[in-house]
Amino acid sequence: MAVIALTRQDRVLNAVLYVLLSLILLAVAYPLFFVLIASISDPVLVNTGKVWIIPRGVTLDGYAKIVQHQDLLRGYRNSLAYATLGTLLNLGLTLTAAYALSRRDLPGRNAIMLYLTFTMFFSGGLIPTFLLIRDLGLYNTFLIMILPAGGSALHLAVSVFNIIIARTFFMNTIPQELLDAAVMDGCSDLRFFRSVVLPLSGAIVAVLMVFYAVGHWNGFFHGLIYLRERERFPLQLILRDILIQNTFTEELEIDDENALAAMMLAESIKYGMIIVASVPVLLLYPFVQKHYVRGVMIGAIKG
Amino acid sequence: MAAMQRALAAPASVRRTPLLVRMARSYQLYLLLLPTVALVFLFQYVPMYGVTIAFKNFKPHLGIIGSDWVGLRHFIRFFESASFWRLIRNTIFLSGYELLVGFPIPILLALMMNMVTGARFKRTVQMVTYAPHFISTVVIVGMLSVFLSKNFGLTNHLIDVLGGQRVFFLGKEQWFRSLYVFSGVWQNAGWGTIIYLAALSAIDPELHEAAIVDGATLWQRVWNIDIPGILPTIVILLILNVGQIMGVGFEKAFLMQNALNLQVSEIISTFVYKVGLLDARFSFSAAVGLFNAVINFVLLVSVNRFAKALGQSGLW
Repeated sequence: MAVIALTRQDRVLNAVLYVLLSLILLAVAYPLFFVLIASISDPVLVNTGKVWIIPRGVTLDGYAKIVQHQDLLRGYRNSLAYATLGTLLNLGLTLTAAYALSRRDLPGRNAIMLYLTFTMFFSGGLIPTFLLIRDLGLYNTFLIMILPAGGSALHLAVSVFNIIIARTFFMNTIPQELLDAAVMDGCSDLRFFRSVVLPLSGAIVAVLMVFYAVGHWNGFFHGLIYLRERERFPLQLILRDILIQNTFTEELEIDDENALAAMMLAESIKYGMIIVASVPVLLLYPFVQKHYVRGVMIGAIKG
Repeated sequence: MAAMQRALAAPASVRRTPLLVRMARSYQLYLLLLPTVALVFLFQYVPMYGVTIAFKNFKPHLGIIGSDWVGLRHFIRFFESASFWRLIRNTIFLSGYELLVGFPIPILLALMMNMVTGARFKRTVQMVTYAPHFISTVVIVGMLSVFLSKNFGLTNHLIDVLGGQRVFFLGKEQWFRSLYVFSGVWQNAGWGTIIYLAALSAIDPELHEAAIVDGATLWQRVWNIDIPGILPTIVILLILNVGQIMGVGFEKAFLMQNALNLQVSEIISTFVYKVGLLDARFSFSAAVGLFNAVINFVLLVSVNRFAKALGQSGLW
């Protein structure tokens, strides 16, 4: 934005903005920061309110307990598998469909768009979808965790949204002349997609990959609905048991010293688990900074 | 061969080429579309037919087609049930509250970020406020439960230090909605600014330059240039949000639920899940879900029409 000369009033406003935004910054960052320092501090100090700004009684005992937690490790492995394969499948489907729909010469393009977008606004709902999945024999299978299927908002509605974003990207970045020239040389549509379009679309591929990977990793609903066996549970379902479901010990009055110490340790491990569960997503974050925002903008804003 | 033909039929003659010929030439594009179209048909359109179980008395051994029609019986039972008004109220209050608080905040934040001088500071604010968006719902609710724990949580230690009484926030009905809404603001307000920042960056800088030459203050420029500039974006997002008012997310409400706050935290989507999948009352649950979907759809269409009547561009 053009800032030529700030008047006195503008300088005051700017100072106010700095203060307000700094406070917001602090309010967003502090809980994250606290989780981090609490995860490496002495459980007793954390749970009696002695840790606020710097870690105290630094220990990695919590993390040592976490890496021995069989349930959690299995959930972690499951989620890695679901996220990797699911993302690949999502990417393949989204990119191919989006490219075809970006072609102005495709007969019936608008009808197919309508066919897809309608599902963003209306769906059969949970129960009919669940019955279908069950009748197809997909209930409690590895496959259902990967397929872009069934009821939960992430899986199809969002995919359609991503198809629209990718389609806009292709329409804006792949020049018609390129296609014309390739066609002149006898290049088929599939070949053009593979050899010309994909290599030019790194940004949108990165955006979609992050989007889908985070969605799979963080997803909870899908596993809750379609899985029965604990062996297949993704990380989020396991986390829920550990982080949330024992809220009820809250109302108990605890007198026994040992019980209290055990509870404090259990409570402290939660901080470490929050970190461990979020690490894969945080690893993608710099990537997000670089590509995502720009990619979404290219995709979302026409022309 | 197909490519050759198309090369000969240059763009000018496309219109005159028969449809079937053009379709045949594009067969590879249809091939690219096939998997997605097929999966959408299977997993989105087939269940739409399955919606008929809401009007049937579904018996598993008879299947959807073989079960008896019962008309609106399940709907009437739902409307007359004791929980009907409570569910409607809980759903609308929760998403209404969320909309009222969660919708304006990203707009204000984006305007502030856009106004402030200092590119590095602005980037830092963006980087930090975007981050929570990527944390899973389970972890967010988990954070709420550790931070708000009555005996061990940070919040209650602070209350203790300040001389107040410890509160079991997650078990209190009156705290449920605020915790839901404000943790959502914490998580998503930063991320929500992206689209507005994009819209703001699309405003012609000459407008600002001309206004500065004419002696307009920063405040006047925000009010007369920035806000009108992002108004179409605001309207579209508002339509989308109002259209979702009955579709308030399942995950977070479900995860924040416990026996103590169920009176206010039970919403339509969690009810559908429990009645349908846990109690296996498929037909009744599907009826409730369908009722919700129809209301949602009607809301979306009417808000869109309303926006158009006000002279704004709608979704379609």
